[in-house]
Amino acid sequence: MKAYKANGVEIVDSLYKDGGKKKWNLMEKLLLGLTPRQYIAQALRNPFNWILAVIFAIGIPIILGRFFFGLGWVTHSSNDYPWGMFLGFGLFAMVPLSSSGFQLGTTCEVFGRHDFEPIERLGLLNGLLGYLFAVIYLMVDLGQPWRLPYPMVVSFGPAAVLFLVAWHVATYLSVQVAEVSVAFFEWIGFPMGKRGVRKITLGLTVAGIILSTLHQGALGALFTYAPGKVHPLWYSASFQWLHFFVSSLPGGLCMVIAVSTIARKTMAWRCGQEFNDNLDKLTIALAKGASMGLATYLTIKLIGMAHDNKWEYLATGWGQWYMFEIFFGVILPLGLFAYAIRNKMVGLVRLSAFLTVFGVVLNRVNTAMITFNWKLAEREIPHWREAIISVTIFAIYITVYRFILYRLPILYSWKTADETVEATEGARVPKKVILDEEPVPVGTYRTREERIIPAAGFSSLEKN
Amino acid sequence: MKRRDFLKGCMICGAASSLGISKKAWGSGSFEGYPEGMGVLVDLTRCIGCRSCEAACNKEQQLPEPKVPFDDQSVFEEKRRPSEEAYTVVNRYEQKGGPVYRKIQCNHCNEPACLTSCFVNAYTKTKEGAVIYNSKVCVGCRNCMIACPFNVPGYSYSSATNPVVKKCILCYDTRLKYGKPPACVEICPQEVLTFGYRKDLIKIGHERIRETPDKYVDHIYGEKEVGGTGWLYLSSVPFDKVGFDNTLGNEPIISNVKEFLGTVPMVLTIWPALFTGFHLLSTRKKGHGDDHGHDAHSKSEQEDAKK
Repeated sequence: MKAYKANGVEIVDSLYKDGGKKKWNLMEKLLLGLTPRQYIAQALRNPFNWILAVIFAIGIPIILGRFFFGLGWVTHSSNDYPWGMFLGFGLFAMVPLSSSGFQLGTTCEVFGRHDFEPIERLGLLNGLLGYLFAVIYLMVDLGQPWRLPYPMVVSFGPAAVLFLVAWHVATYLSVQVAEVSVAFFEWIGFPMGKRGVRKITLGLTVAGIILSTLHQGALGALFTYAPGKVHPLWYSASFQWLHFFVSSLPGGLCMVIAVSTIARKTMAWRCGQEFNDNLDKLTIALAKGASMGLATYLTIKLIGMAHDNKWEYLATGWGQWYMFEIFFGVILPLGLFAYAIRNKMVGLVRLSAFLTVFGVVLNRVNTAMITFNWKLAEREIPHWREAIISVTIFAIYITVYRFILYRLPILYSWKTADETVEATEGARVPKKVILDEEPVPVGTYRTREERIIPAAGFSSLEKN
Repeated sequence: MKRRDFLKGCMICGAASSLGISKKAWGSGSFEGYPEGMGVLVDLTRCIGCRSCEAACNKEQQLPEPKVPFDDQSVFEEKRRPSEEAYTVVNRYEQKGGPVYRKIQCNHCNEPACLTSCFVNAYTKTKEGAVIYNSKVCVGCRNCMIACPFNVPGYSYSSATNPVVKKCILCYDTRLKYGKPPACVEICPQEVLTFGYRKDLIKIGHERIRETPDKYVDHIYGEKEVGGTGWLYLSSVPFDKVGFDNTLGNEPIISNVKEFLGTVPMVLTIWPALFTGFHLLSTRKKGHGDDHGHDAHSKSEQEDAKK
């Protein structure tokens, strides 16, 4: 992609091509403005696509097999461990990493911190896709996925925590679709829709906060149904939902840092100037938020321990595993964040963000799988097909994520700019953008292009 | 100033009201079962491990033919649990005074964890005391299996098109509804199993302990555990020696969850006021659309706000 761009191939970043003369048609937009031949060539050049192809070749038949031969074919059909990797990893780990949507929405829309906007859409998209794929993992795991709407329409169990989770995740998914649809409406060229959504943004955002607080917590509360099965170190009747909710905060923020890091390395051509210019600063700002979250999390973890007086368990083997999780997933990133933020070391911030993500995932996998049923003699090791399906769905997640980032104005701003503003305020970095989706004069376009190319050169990798 | 007071008021009222709600709404936690609830008293001292209850259950519930026939004692070499093929199993525990056999099946809790964890309400506690299951609405999330403190529900993983939860329903459809005891009780040659009103069974149990205190541990397992269960156990050896979990406590499982459920109305009430309030407070002085037009979306929002 980089090479194409350097050679002057026009990449879709506005409704009009050739400097505002003609509209891109949908096919051209999907192909990013490349010819089909160019598109396929760049796809084949990317080694990561070959890895994905191998995963899909193995994994997709197995996913289909799961629906033909049943869960017994892909899992160990354990009655003692009814929840395996699909939920332990797919649902319980993906959801906290997706809390970025509501957090960045809140920052920008509720608190009016518009300086976070270059990364807001990435946060929203990360949230949407995380939830979407958590639901997809769930669909694979459910015995009868076609009955998923039952708690909404057929039979209600309103006293169950899962009922709340189902409703909230469903509602929140629609809220997130609405939030991300702004970018889609820009891309497809439907300004009415965009304006409509913008009008209800505050409502959507506040709804997002409520729903997120409750269902992030509810996922934790699900384990309060199994007080004797979750290991005491990972269990706390009073704090379980708070542990899950609070750890989802740094989890989501660090996931955005992680994704933005990867995106800038691997799709530098797609990152807009605003994104590039602000990313380091915003990464540190997000890390500050994540540190607060981690510190709170660590505190309530300790209070939870003290509350139920569980210190003695620390001396067991489980305790060492617990301390491993807390040290590498919470304390170490917390320390690194503190040091890195103080010294403005963005690289280190990113490293500890990855550590935090690891810590949150490990916590969920520990709670749901590794330490679950700690009193039983035998531990369940997931079936190999289960592992392959999990990896495959994650690969689909990455593919969809990348597909959207390539196209929709998430990392870059959709060009609707009025060039005259641009020209007069050329020096101003946060560019003035005008609402009306009108064709842009040619001259202004040229300046745009010139501005973008050095921005792309700013990034480090030249993969494609 | 006014706004702050208003917010404060909102928070206090919201907190107060939600606390009130949570206490009342979930105050039914002390439900002790229907007065007419039936149960079964199991006297482990009488069981000889003949497995005829397993066979009767298999026949009554039309379960598949077992791999090992019911008169084969080799199954005792490992500890089994109820599954889709067997709603009840008997396990053997070697003790000083000889083997002790323990029958496992759904205990038909007064406040079943499976029922309270089910988001489509597939479970029902009938007035006869049985915990029955509606496979027509089950989505297959298997939360009930996570929640069950006794590890009872099994799942028919082998079915691709219609997997359902499989567990003992106290022969509700075929017998209990018509006032008949479950198949396993009827067939037991040793009178290990006594069927009756749960409240009577508790009296009988205590009576037996009082009459022969040397024979029994002074405890009826299930009288109070997790809020009380329909199946009650008497044993000559400590219960944890024969596979019972002694650490479950007397609170129904749902009590653990109430702390979270109690916060739900609070969040629903306070959050909207709190965060829209924050929004008003944090954007009040800035005015709209002047100094922070960073990109298209913020700008457009502000433009919209103006209109």
